Amino acid sequence: MVQTTAIEPVSLDPSRRRRLADFWYYFSENRGAVIGLWVFVILVALALLAPLIAPHAPNAQYRDAVLLPPVWLDGGNAGYLLGTDAVGRDMLSRLLYGARFSLFIGVVVTTLALVGGIVVGVFAGYVGGWVDTVIMRVMDIILAFPSLLLALVLVAVLGPGLTNAMIAIALVLQPHFVRLTRAAVMAEKSREYVIAARVAGAGPMRLMFRTILPNCMAPLIVQATLSFSNAILDAAALGFLGMGAQPPTPEWGTMLAEAREFILRAWWVVTFPGLAILITVLAINLMGDGLRDALDPKLKRS
Amino acid sequence: MLRFLLRRLAVLIPTFIGVSIIAFSFIRMLPGDPVALLSGERVMSPERHAEISHQLGFDRPIVIQYLDYLWGVLRGDFGTSISTKGSVLEQFLQLFPATLELSICAIIVAIVLGIPAGIFAAIKRGSFFDQSVMGAALVGYSMPIFWWGLLLIILFSGILQWTPVSGRISLMFFFPQVTGFMLIDSLLSGQEGAFKSAVSHLILPTIVLATIPLAVIARQTRSAMLEVLGEDYVRTARAKGLSPFRVVGVHALRNAMIPVITTIGLQVGVLMAGAILTETIFSWPGIGKWMVDSVFRRDYPVIQGGLLIIAGIIMLVNLVVDLLYGLINPRIRH
Repeated sequence: MVQTTAIEPVSLDPSRRRRLADFWYYFSENRGAVIGLWVFVILVALALLAPLIAPHAPNAQYRDAVLLPPVWLDGGNAGYLLGTDAVGRDMLSRLLYGARFSLFIGVVVTTLALVGGIVVGVFAGYVGGWVDTVIMRVMDIILAFPSLLLALVLVAVLGPGLTNAMIAIALVLQPHFVRLTRAAVMAEKSREYVIAARVAGAGPMRLMFRTILPNCMAPLIVQATLSFSNAILDAAALGFLGMGAQPPTPEWGTMLAEAREFILRAWWVVTFPGLAILITVLAINLMGDGLRDALDPKLKRS
Repeated sequence: MLRFLLRRLAVLIPTFIGVSIIAFSFIRMLPGDPVALLSGERVMSPERHAEISHQLGFDRPIVIQYLDYLWGVLRGDFGTSISTKGSVLEQFLQLFPATLELSICAIIVAIVLGIPAGIFAAIKRGSFFDQSVMGAALVGYSMPIFWWGLLLIILFSGILQWTPVSGRISLMFFFPQVTGFMLIDSLLSGQEGAFKSAVSHLILPTIVLATIPLAVIARQTRSAMLEVLGEDYVRTARAKGLSPFRVVGVHALRNAMIPVITTIGLQVGVLMAGAILTETIFSWPGIGKWMVDSVFRRDYPVIQGGLLIIAGIIMLVNLVVDLLYGLINPRIRH
């Protein structure tokens, strides 16, 4: 809710600060959301600092230390806190570098889906008529497929790899943003402040993106957090199926795929990457619940 | 009601045509020569190329090609697999019961556990039970189910040795396929232990596939119930002196179930996506694994046909849910 347009900073600033305070009040009421926020901040810090704090290079193979268990088990080695995988790579270092991939995937996919969805959705809602009908039918078509299946097939067309996986997931997540933006724009566009802006001579571009859009942001922000966690889950799933990031990339889903054959011999190579995915997604979803409570007055305090 | 049905169909048919255009253009979007991709022959003489190209109709205008494809689809011709040379539809029908059996078990588990959990969480709002259920639901909702499946295998198949790791039934048993549902077929076969083996193979995949729908249904039931419990007619019912059981079980529940039914309908897509991962982990011979295998084998006609059939099924189920919704909630029809 901070993206309000600052046409007249003097008159808008107090209300903006007030809304920010309001927002923080409702957000911090939700204990889970605050915990989620902290976990997320820590994850971002770990990802950014990975090159500094990782004890080993993520792809360095120590042939004398293959499938070592974590340090607290018999046979563990203090040099490899969370053990090593089947070719002697340090699990902890790979997980730390993996955080970079997952957060990067989340940011890129959400940005692509959000920006694309907003542009298409504002356009559909503002222009209306047959343009709107055609756009919404196309979105219905995309939504008719299970998202993971469509992403899988798109990656089969584009070729396996992290970039293509991100494009595919962004494409699959985008219709949700289009629908939300369109609905919000349609509700807003006949309001008086929009008509006033039009009478004052604002062009369609300004009306669409500067006048109307900032007032439609609340549901979009909530949807963006949901997409963020979905993107991480779907990218990991594609990686797990061998269609996302390719080995030896330390992406968590890809690591799980490589670890599958050792599940009955070395539980740690399977457990830790998945736990990392779960913690990340859980933290983001907790934040999303808090954001929804704080931003959406309809659902407030339910 | 008829007008409602017609209006839904008016939206559904263009969507299906769009879905079929996507499936049709999928093969043509692939890098490389579609003729070589579809025939599965890598090296061929120009004459052979022209012959196959003619056979597949690639020498005709693209619109005619599409209409031809659509006409084939409407008659049940979804193409021919490159790897097995069999009909895609036949393969699908062969494998679909496995996915259906797993999905039905999963959705039953999700409904039977999720709705009561959501109701009690709403009644005892803020209690320890409520907080535990909602915490568990959030974890379930955030779960990477492919990892969850591997964890369950480590615990129940590895350490405890209670359940088998993969497949639908032990290889010891062999009986004719009657319904395609292993639970029913194993009972019909009358072989001792066959049913037990089928059940033990089904348990872990069902838990994994049910996880996300269970979490979503529990959350949705709770919030729908909370909304209804605040309504005037519930207060009236309480004031009349009806038993709490009757107030919740009859007056509140019937109205709270309306959004929950929609949510359950929406789980079909979630189940299909989940089946892709669940079947891969447990080597479950259903359509999810079939699709993944086809992507790896580059069996493009199968991917094309499977994509269209699965989207078609989801659209049909959504239509049925919409109609049910219109039936129990007359307001929606207008």
